[in-house]
Amino acid sequence: MISRRDFLQVSMAASALYGASGFGNWAKLAAQQALTQDQLLEFDTFGNVSLIHITDIHAQMKPVYFREPEINIGVGSNKGEVPHVTGAEFRKLYGIEDGSPSHYALTYNDFSSLAKEYGRVGGLDRVATVVNSIRAARPDALLLDGGDTWHGSYTCYHTEGQDMVNVMNALKPDAMTFHWEFTLGQDRVREIVEGLPFDALGQNIFDAMWDEPAAEFKPYEFYERGGVKIAVIGQAFPYMPIANPGWMFPDYSFGIRDANMQKMVDEVRSQGAELVVCLSHNGFDVDKKMAGVVSGIDVILSGHTHDALPEPVLVDDTIIIASGSNGKFVSRVDLDVRDGKMMGFRHKLIPIFSDVIEPDADMTALIDEQRAPYLAELDEVIGTTDSLLYRRGNFNGSWDDLICDALLSERDAEIAMSPGVRWGPSLIPGDDITRDDIWNVTSMSYGEAYRSEMTGEFIKVILEDVADNIFNPDPYYQQGGDMVRIGGMGYSIDISKPQGERISDMTLLSTGEAIDPARNYVVAGWASVNEGTEGPQIWDVVESHIRKQGTISLEPNTSVKVSGT
Amino acid sequence: MQITRRETMALGAAAAAVTVLPMPAMASAVDDAINEFTGGADVADGGVELDAPEIAENGNTVPIEVSAEGAEAIMVLAAGNPTPGVATFNFGPLAGAQRAKTRIRLAGTQDVVAVAKMSDGSFAKVSKTVKVTIGGCGG
Repeated sequence: MISRRDFLQVSMAASALYGASGFGNWAKLAAQQALTQDQLLEFDTFGNVSLIHITDIHAQMKPVYFREPEINIGVGSNKGEVPHVTGAEFRKLYGIEDGSPSHYALTYNDFSSLAKEYGRVGGLDRVATVVNSIRAARPDALLLDGGDTWHGSYTCYHTEGQDMVNVMNALKPDAMTFHWEFTLGQDRVREIVEGLPFDALGQNIFDAMWDEPAAEFKPYEFYERGGVKIAVIGQAFPYMPIANPGWMFPDYSFGIRDANMQKMVDEVRSQGAELVVCLSHNGFDVDKKMAGVVSGIDVILSGHTHDALPEPVLVDDTIIIASGSNGKFVSRVDLDVRDGKMMGFRHKLIPIFSDVIEPDADMTALIDEQRAPYLAELDEVIGTTDSLLYRRGNFNGSWDDLICDALLSERDAEIAMSPGVRWGPSLIPGDDITRDDIWNVTSMSYGEAYRSEMTGEFIKVILEDVADNIFNPDPYYQQGGDMVRIGGMGYSIDISKPQGERISDMTLLSTGEAIDPARNYVVAGWASVNEGTEGPQIWDVVESHIRKQGTISLEPNTSVKVSGT
Repeated sequence: MQITRRETMALGAAAAAVTVLPMPAMASAVDDAINEFTGGADVADGGVELDAPEIAENGNTVPIEVSAEGAEAIMVLAAGNPTPGVATFNFGPLAGAQRAKTRIRLAGTQDVVAVAKMSDGSFAKVSKTVKVTIGGCGG
């Protein structure tokens, strides 16, 4: 008799083999210039249940470039563990050949040249083709959206999320959970959720006044698929009122609430759930910890930290699936559920190569319909770039270097701060920079670019505070963003130290002088969580700067010295 | 991340206060309070449930819940506040449950401590770190 745990591990090995052979094939096929849609979608349907997971789309309806991070440091028990493995180490770990399509999709090296070879990724019309193909093999597959869907573009901002709601409704998900959606404001969120033709889930969405589950969001829902009673429990982003402006959704409280998660798991099990799926926006490390604390979850579909992993990570008897961001990947998970237990799985992280996967014509038309009223504004070319523009990385990204440059010059500041968000596609050298592109990396409902004075001491307090949100060794204290990006100032950071001792050697780059704790510095930044922030919108600041420059050419940023890794 | 000058100064002052306050003095205030509550008896770790958020959404009003089956009283301390004492909940013999829920104010990141006095005269303790952050850069 094979134990459940053994079975999972056997399946894991089989899945790894499957993945590895698929990956090897791609490399060879690419060499022969024969990467095909059939190869990308090839999947030997398994068991009796299929889950389709997509998350953190950030309103990217059209194909984009998206460079994965070079620097993604794990701390505590996650030091050196996925997803904190990048570049060549990542390829070695998963047996990915250099120069192969999966090298391009999953790692950062040689991004600009591979981008020219393999083209853009994502596009919800391509995603529709993938979803339809999975549904052709398994008509009752569950499609689950991990959230960060109604945020992140020009059209999403101007329609208050309606463009994404229209497009996602056509994809027909079964359920979703939430994060940036709440920055549309609680009234708008309630208005959309009320009319959603699928379930809005979050066991950790509470009424702030009464500290009890919020009426508008169910903690879980049951689905009967392939003769299996499946419970999907939602887990919204736990730190919304802290990482985003709480004043925009004052009626709601969040938090990890793992004790309540356990209660929900026990509740659905007692009601006969044979498979328990958690649709999560916790972030990967938080999900890993939660999987060890809460027992009885079979599958965690993980979102928020934008990691893409070609194999599930196993914590006890729970598998955790990470499906990337910006529409770049779709995960398919087939499960064999028998006698009320998950007996095995097969998994594939499907990269959406937009030149290989045929767009679904109906979806293309629907997407174009959303963009049509704004096309002239979207397509206006503001400048061009000679440099690769990307966002991801723990300490900086070239998009944020450019945004900080814009803040320093347009707002006449000594120091600039740009938030460590992880969304926003990339542009490759030679690309035009359109207004669409600028909004893709700046769009939000609180984009005012402030200008104020801060003492050197207070700037250090900010850096220490944000650093602890990333490098606290306990994942439950991590918020899942990256370090605030700094322009005009350099610093050293020892990530192994506790809060208050990580940051040193703060230097004003314009003079080379050490930052004086007592002196006031003029600081410009954006995305303040405080109500009543004043200033021009960040996209206007960036547009004005790019217009003046014409062609963007950036030097590598060496202003942050990192130790303690 | 936008902070007015006035808030900046207030925050800076708060941060300074937290770093400057002599920790031994603070620890002793907590120890004194616990000693007063227990009469110097041994305190076991565990046996009390303390539900508090990992990171406070608003440090001025942090929801917490304490419970301990069979407790006569549960004392709650905010170990890092200038005055650590928060409340002591007493449960009579007819109490249906030994559980209490309230909201507390935290001056900064600190441990919240709950000490329960059991009906057999023993004591139990639990603590949890609640982080109070300026936030604003998640994504």
